[in-house]
Amino acid sequence: MNPFSFVRAGSPKAAIDAVSKDDNARFIAGGTNLLDLMKNGVMQPEKLVDINNLPLKDIQLSKDKLHIGALALNSTVAADSQVKAQFPLLSQALLAGASQQLRNMATVGGNMMQRTRCSYFYDTAMPCNKRQPGSGCGAIGGINRMHAIFGASDKCIAVHPSDMCVALVALDAVVLVTGPKGDRKIPFADFHRLPGDTPEKDNTLGKGELITAVEVPNNPYTKNIYYLKVRDRASYAFALVSVAAALELEGNVIKSARLAMGGVAHKPWRLTAAEKSLIGKTATEENFRAAANVAMENAKAYEHNSFKLQMAPNSIVTALLKAASV
Amino acid sequence: MSQDHSEKQPTHKPLHETRRGFLKQSSAMMALALTPPIVLKAAEKDEAIAALFEKVPVSMEINGKKHQLSVEPRTTLLDLLREQLALTGTKKGCDHGQCGACTVHVNGMRVNSCLTLAVMQEGKKITTIEGLANGEELHPMQQAFIKHDGFQCGYCTPGQIMSAVACIREGHANSPEEIREFMSGNICRCGAYDNIVSAVMEVKQGGQQV
Ligand SMILES: Cc1cc2nc3c(=O)[nH]c(=O)nc-3n(C[C@H](O)[C@H](O)[C@H](O)COP(=O)(O)OP(=O)(O)OC[C@H]3O[C@@H](n4cnc5c(N)ncnc54)[C@H](O)[C@@H]3O)c2cc1C
Ligand code: SF4
Ligand code: FES
Ligand code: FES
Repeated sequence: MNPFSFVRAGSPKAAIDAVSKDDNARFIAGGTNLLDLMKNGVMQPEKLVDINNLPLKDIQLSKDKLHIGALALNSTVAADSQVKAQFPLLSQALLAGASQQLRNMATVGGNMMQRTRCSYFYDTAMPCNKRQPGSGCGAIGGINRMHAIFGASDKCIAVHPSDMCVALVALDAVVLVTGPKGDRKIPFADFHRLPGDTPEKDNTLGKGELITAVEVPNNPYTKNIYYLKVRDRASYAFALVSVAAALELEGNVIKSARLAMGGVAHKPWRLTAAEKSLIGKTATEENFRAAANVAMENAKAYEHNSFKLQMAPNSIVTALLKAASV
Repeated sequence: MSQDHSEKQPTHKPLHETRRGFLKQSSAMMALALTPPIVLKAAEKDEAIAALFEKVPVSMEINGKKHQLSVEPRTTLLDLLREQLALTGTKKGCDHGQCGACTVHVNGMRVNSCLTLAVMQEGKKITTIEGLANGEELHPMQQAFIKHDGFQCGYCTPGQIMSAVACIREGHANSPEEIREFMSGNICRCGAYDNIVSAVMEVKQGGQQV
């Protein structure tokens, strides 16, 4: 690891100042992604601003929403009794990610900010527009088995690796941010971005902006939910495809639905059209298959990931069947 | 909800007069001796506490003993334990969070010591595999690993054992399936998984205090 200077921030304002005034400064929370990337030379900050002493760890349920501090640990959120009872999809998605050791360090803010696992991004000897803008994309024309089938560009076809974010986008979460220009709220679906011509930008957070919390509005999805993760081994591996599914059922009729996918795009991929197509339908495999077909419109595969064109719709159907307990 | 589950520290008997024990003790004393006489207050508000290459004072409790140390900011907890304190029981497998060989407990929670910085452990309580036994008396999990042949080469074993103890304390060891899922952060190249699961099951079912 390259040497760096180290600051322990005593307040959010101090943290923001320290990062916004210094081009090459970064926040460090759990460190599980940043230190990994620094060891590989993929990221080389000259200053780390430790935010772990900031009071951003609380998990609070009020009458209309769940508030999760940005420094709440992934394991703590997953095990929280209110989260398990009222937002079980979030708990399941968190438990599908990484290992218990990593979840014990990983924070909610850090999880959102984690970078792609594209192997060309990690390999500093290879071209990568995300790591080094303008150097080309190693994955296009290279090995792209793990890569996107939705929303990619000719500059980058990487996917966002998070599981937690797939549940949060499905549940209409809102990101609370504070920064040099004050506070703002970002709808979760607008937090991460598609690569377009600037794949070096993973999200819409500005320089020096600090995530302080995530809020999840109360919802009826407490029972008929399922987070399905398809991966190369049974646990402790990133998703090839994942699906967050939530249904509000009246008898066998779908009142409302939430669907999102991971491992398929540069951002957690919400399936709004497929959700709408389910409203008023009965919870049958046939209707789930039809919704999956809607979800797959505009999907595009590359040389090694065309299997995702089957795996993704099949996973949607399976997740919905499990959610409906059909 | 609190994130600090305080570790029940067994009372420690002094290290034995082995060569390794001697090395460990003397290097721990070296570390103490090298700490600047005035220990800077670390959590001073938003101050740069270390410039490039500068060493930072940091204090933590490791296996029940208080340590006042001096580290470069880029030193990981794993490297601090192994290279500065000669606590070589904690293994370095991948150094990237992918294998679990470096698992230790920080304030009672299992973490990968390769992906956290030593300077971030100010005031924390660390337990390594060296701190698990009660003097000569092995921890029940260590005994169970021996009984069930929970290892072959042994390289992953300290991490497996630290993880297994935490797995039971967390309440995640109620069935073989649950143990497999919650132990998945510990890779064993020798494939001793079945026997590891048996060892964890036995300790869990034995109901001993872990
Ligand atoms: C072996 C391995 C397997 C994994 N498997 C999975 C998996 O299956 N699924 C999954 O979802 N994840 C997985 N992960 C990734 C893991 O979830 C992330 O590393 C973790 O969530 C990052 O959180 P952190 O707090 O450690 O972030 P850090 O590493 O501390 O920070 C990451 C980035 O976020 C920024 N940051 C942190 N907090 C804030 C904040 N409050 N505001 C603004 N910026 C901030 C930092 O500046 C940094 O750039 C895996 C990781 C490893 C090492
Ligand atoms: S897909 Fe994106 S991250 Fe991967 S090599 Fe191409 S530009 Fe880099
Ligand atoms: S050495 Fe830390 S997880 Fe492999
Ligand atoms: S016993 Fe050899 S790696 Fe596990």
